[in-house]
Amino acid sequence: MVVQVVFFVAAALAVIFSLIAVAHRNPVINVLSLVLVFFAMATIFAVLGMDFLAAIQIIVYSGAILVLFLFVIMLLNIRKVERIGGGRPLQALLGAATAIGIGAALVLGASKLAPAGGAVLTGAERGTVVPIGRALLGSHLFAFEFISLLLVAAIIGAVYLARRESR
Amino acid sequence: MSPEVAIPISYTWVLMLSAVLFAIGMIGVLLRRNGIAIFLSLEIMLNSANLAFVAFAMRFAADAETAAAALAGQLFVFFVIGVAAAEAAVGLALFIALHRLKESIDVDRVNILRW
Repeated sequence: MVVQVVFFVAAALAVIFSLIAVAHRNPVINVLSLVLVFFAMATIFAVLGMDFLAAIQIIVYSGAILVLFLFVIMLLNIRKVERIGGGRPLQALLGAATAIGIGAALVLGASKLAPAGGAVLTGAERGTVVPIGRALLGSHLFAFEFISLLLVAAIIGAVYLARRESR
Repeated sequence: MSPEVAIPISYTWVLMLSAVLFAIGMIGVLLRRNGIAIFLSLEIMLNSANLAFVAFAMRFAADAETAAAALAGQLFVFFVIGVAAAEAAVGLALFIALHRLKESIDVDRVNILRW
């Protein structure tokens, strides 16, 4: 019962703040409400028994990626930007209709599935550090190593792209 | 090994939340013209995919014979987060370079290659 209340409150918060994150004109408010979306999602992960995932969601997403966004927004000194869909009513209508249609189809499809309560993961499958670390360095070692390779490539690419042209 | 404690949340609810967040992010990607705002909406879409992975992880955790797939679902979320971090670093560097060139990150002003 408590679990359901927590889930629905977190889900409502995620939807509300993602709407603000998408539609508000001030980019700093966009990023800060996205932080709240990620906190709500971390709450959902924690409720479902995926402890490490919840921690990673807060540390990596809210702590690292969104700080990068804020940093760039303040570095480029972006103030209020355009109104969402402003200036092009037809394109805005078509885009919103497409997105809402796809979303409605997905919700409808999910509601057709037989509802089944999950289980709090216990023992070897619970999302704590030990089983996840074992799986990352065991059965999923190649993917893990390739992610680190990808991150190195991304760092080099970012430094190359953002460097000042020397002449 | 087998899951004992059931939680009273259907995985279909998590899937529906994921679908709603996906639609919201897609509206942002299609309608915003500011590069950073498009990027933020993209992050929402990536996170809704993460929620779908989590939903099926909890679905598979309910059956004892598919319980190993529950762990794989969580691992995929880590990989998605890793790819999102790489994408954010490269994308924001692109926008810094673009801002240096055009004094703006409005994607409508990047139209040299447009037919």
